Amino acid sequence: MSSTNWLKIGTLDSIPVQGARRLCRTHLGKPVAVFRTGDDHVFALIDECPHKKGPLSEGIIAGYTVACPLHGMVIDLEDGTAVLPDEGKTETLPVSIIDGEIYLHTPEPVSGETV
Amino acid sequence: MGFESLRKKLVVIGNGMAAMRTVEELLKLDGALYRITVFGAEPHPNYNRIMLSCVLAGDKTVDDIVINSREWYAENGIALITGDPVVRIDRATKTVTSQSGRVEAYDQLLIATGSKPLAPPIPGLELPGVCAFRDIADVDKMLEAARTQKHAVVIGGGLLGLEAAWGLKKRGMSVALVHLMPTLMERQLDVPAGQLLQRDLDGRGIAFFTSGQTEEITGTTKAEGVRLADGRYIPADLVVLAIGIRPNIDLAKACDLQIGRGITVYDDMRTSDPDIFAVGECVEHRGQVFGLVAPLWDQAKVCATHLAGESATAFSSQALATSLKITGIDVFSAGALTAADASDDEITLRDDARGLYKKVVLRDGKLIGAVLYGDVADGHWYLQLMREKKDVSAWRERLVFGRAITEIGSNAPAGPDFSAMPDDTQICGCNGVSKGRICKTIREKNLSSLAEVRAHTKASASCGQCTSQVEGLLAFVTGGVKETKKTVCACTALSHDEVRQALVASGLKTMAAVRAALGWKTPEGCQKCRPALNYYLLCAWPGEYDDDYRSRFVNERVHANIQKDGTYSVVPRMWGGVTTAAELRAIADVADKYAIPTVKVTGGQRVDLLGVKKEDLPAVWKDLGKAGMVSGHAYAKGLRTVKTCVGSEWCRFGTQDSTGLGIKLEKMCWGSWTPHKVKLAVSGCPRNCAEATIKDLGVVCVEAGYDILVGGNGGIDVRVTDKLARVTTEEEVLEYTGAFLQMYREEAHYLERTAPWIARTGIDTVRKQLVDNPEHRRALFGRFLYSQRFSQSDPWAERVAGADAHEFTPLPALAEV
Repeated sequence: MSSTNWLKIGTLDSIPVQGARRLCRTHLGKPVAVFRTGDDHVFALIDECPHKKGPLSEGIIAGYTVACPLHGMVIDLEDGTAVLPDEGKTETLPVSIIDGEIYLHTPEPVSGETV
Repeated sequence: MGFESLRKKLVVIGNGMAAMRTVEELLKLDGALYRITVFGAEPHPNYNRIMLSCVLAGDKTVDDIVINSREWYAENGIALITGDPVVRIDRATKTVTSQSGRVEAYDQLLIATGSKPLAPPIPGLELPGVCAFRDIADVDKMLEAARTQKHAVVIGGGLLGLEAAWGLKKRGMSVALVHLMPTLMERQLDVPAGQLLQRDLDGRGIAFFTSGQTEEITGTTKAEGVRLADGRYIPADLVVLAIGIRPNIDLAKACDLQIGRGITVYDDMRTSDPDIFAVGECVEHRGQVFGLVAPLWDQAKVCATHLAGESATAFSSQALATSLKITGIDVFSAGALTAADASDDEITLRDDARGLYKKVVLRDGKLIGAVLYGDVADGHWYLQLMREKKDVSAWRERLVFGRAITEIGSNAPAGPDFSAMPDDTQICGCNGVSKGRICKTIREKNLSSLAEVRAHTKASASCGQCTSQVEGLLAFVTGGVKETKKTVCACTALSHDEVRQALVASGLKTMAAVRAALGWKTPEGCQKCRPALNYYLLCAWPGEYDDDYRSRFVNERVHANIQKDGTYSVVPRMWGGVTTAAELRAIADVADKYAIPTVKVTGGQRVDLLGVKKEDLPAVWKDLGKAGMVSGHAYAKGLRTVKTCVGSEWCRFGTQDSTGLGIKLEKMCWGSWTPHKVKLAVSGCPRNCAEATIKDLGVVCVEAGYDILVGGNGGIDVRVTDKLARVTTEEEVLEYTGAFLQMYREEAHYLERTAPWIARTGIDTVRKQLVDNPEHRRALFGRFLYSQRFSQSDPWAERVAGADAHEFTPLPALAEV
């Protein structure tokens, strides 16, 4: 019944700069996307736009934002909120980079179900 | 809980615009005063009924017109009961009873039951296929009919009837409109304006039966036609009744409230029972009933203050204006339509060549009416003059020419005097947004662009007629000049043209260099400017600029079309729409092997495989590639298809080898990146089976050669091509096509199709460069062919060979720690 769970998901190099990738595994049944910004910061978010659940991992990343590919809602990568005047929020998950490896921190064990 | 029981109970009968506006106003004043229960007869949350015609016409969806979602009701602690209308009010026990038997007690009651459509006393009203135009259910019926049936008859030539007729026409039905009076919208328009309106709508294909008294809707099991009293007969699968509305007073009548045509209300919006209020189309105030939205907002405001406590506010109706929501037809009317007697003054301006008509009516030096057709920009200015009862006798000679001319020579400032304008002046009629609210929002949220004001206030976000006023207010509040320039995005103050010119003139060859040299406000740009800059650089520096795939929309990055469920579609190229048994077999095998759920033939003469999982894309492409197929670029801002007919090879009418020419064109043009998608077609004879006249570039073969047509579009705004030239050889067709595409590539704005580009620049400009100046044409063609040297490699084959592999495989979790 550990309440924290660190998951090693790969090296920083496995995600292109200003790019994102979806994880094989889901978090509480929802897909997870890991983003790498132009300045090599890494963020993890549930891969669903709060608007119509578009895959954020397919959006264009600029600064610390990503634009959903379906209808263009812009999401702040740091806290998952939609950029004003749009409203909505996508859940974020903590990540760390240790020695070039990305670790995802999930409050509950990540389910083994593949996406 | 004890506190809850102390709060008074407000029951609202009706979930329409007037009802919920009143509740919104009340919540603004005091959100804790009442426990609120709302009964709605329709199964939907509160929506903008005015916009139903936009939903019918396909300009908006039902979701777009919802004003308050169910979540909003929940957040505000309002109990919403939909699909269960109130059937009885018991004033003695102060309760209401709903259809399902639910009983709610009230301290205060608000009746907002709206109106019912009027029905003429004729046989046939009960037949399936007959409907009103009043709510979402009616629109659903009409859309269903438009999908499956052909003929529609609309009865009623007022606002609602005309918007219904236009919506159905846009949805592809053949539409006839029957109107009892000799001219259309006779209550809002005088005879000349009504005639102009009829002429314009007639030109758009609506058949009019004016002075037409409907006698009967014929049919046995469903509506089959409409018979008029003079014997005329119009076949119909769908009959829409839009002859007017009357207040829905059934509940009020049954509980003995005082009624006239509507429920009688006093200036405080109370009915004859002081605990019962009424607002909206169901009320009658000082002998007047209401069918437009503006006075309803005023009623809501007044009613809310009285619900909130003692208040001195009083409702009074003001001069009202009408406008018609039909794209491209501008009508405005307010007040008197004509002079009532010889002492009234009527001044008319008519310009038939431009389709303009304006009339103002003056009485005792004051404006009492205005009718505008064709140019309605000054409508709200006239309305304001009427409301202010301003003495305009000094302007008599100039008034009809509009504000700009009128105010020349007078001391009034140019443009509206926003400082003198009262805060409650309504700027946006569609969304009920006042000057005060716009100014307040601009100040509080520190807004600086029209787009931001629209996003935050919804002002000018619907029909757009008040756009210039909203821009003016923005300038008034921020002290800036009126924003007229369209910039690429918020990252820059430069327009598309300025950016393109600068990056060529200064030799800027990377995105970072462009942003640095041109003073971009953001280091990385945004999702709007990055794809545009990427394209402009690619076009300006072929062979030098490296495409930045991170600045491409997902479809162009993964070379497939993302679908709403996150799967992709795959469309292999079929040159000129010609395929082989081997190709079809390979497609069938791929569909089987990867369990692709839908295989669809496209409008561009090829096959679309829909529902492909992203991980499967490279394998699907590999199998298709083995059969010799390449990407069809169905996802690209680039050349999509070249549609052809079979031409002289098989067809007895064919004049030239249209299929062969189509294949040559496609082989020359495929792979090119363009500002937006490009579709071509070649028809073998003027019967034009390949629909070349609505393509970006179409070729129609004739005995004497080839007509080259450009700038067509089959989308929402259908545009027929303009003729560019007639040539005699296939080589010339190729040269003109390449040159035209290159000119489009170099001059259009990113995401601008050829149709709006040509509409903006004019076909004459294109002819001058391509027809009148052969040297220039050949230079453009040369640049096109040069750029193609770098673009014609199959992106699917590249990815099968391993390019961008990270795109197609999810990240595995390596280990848990």
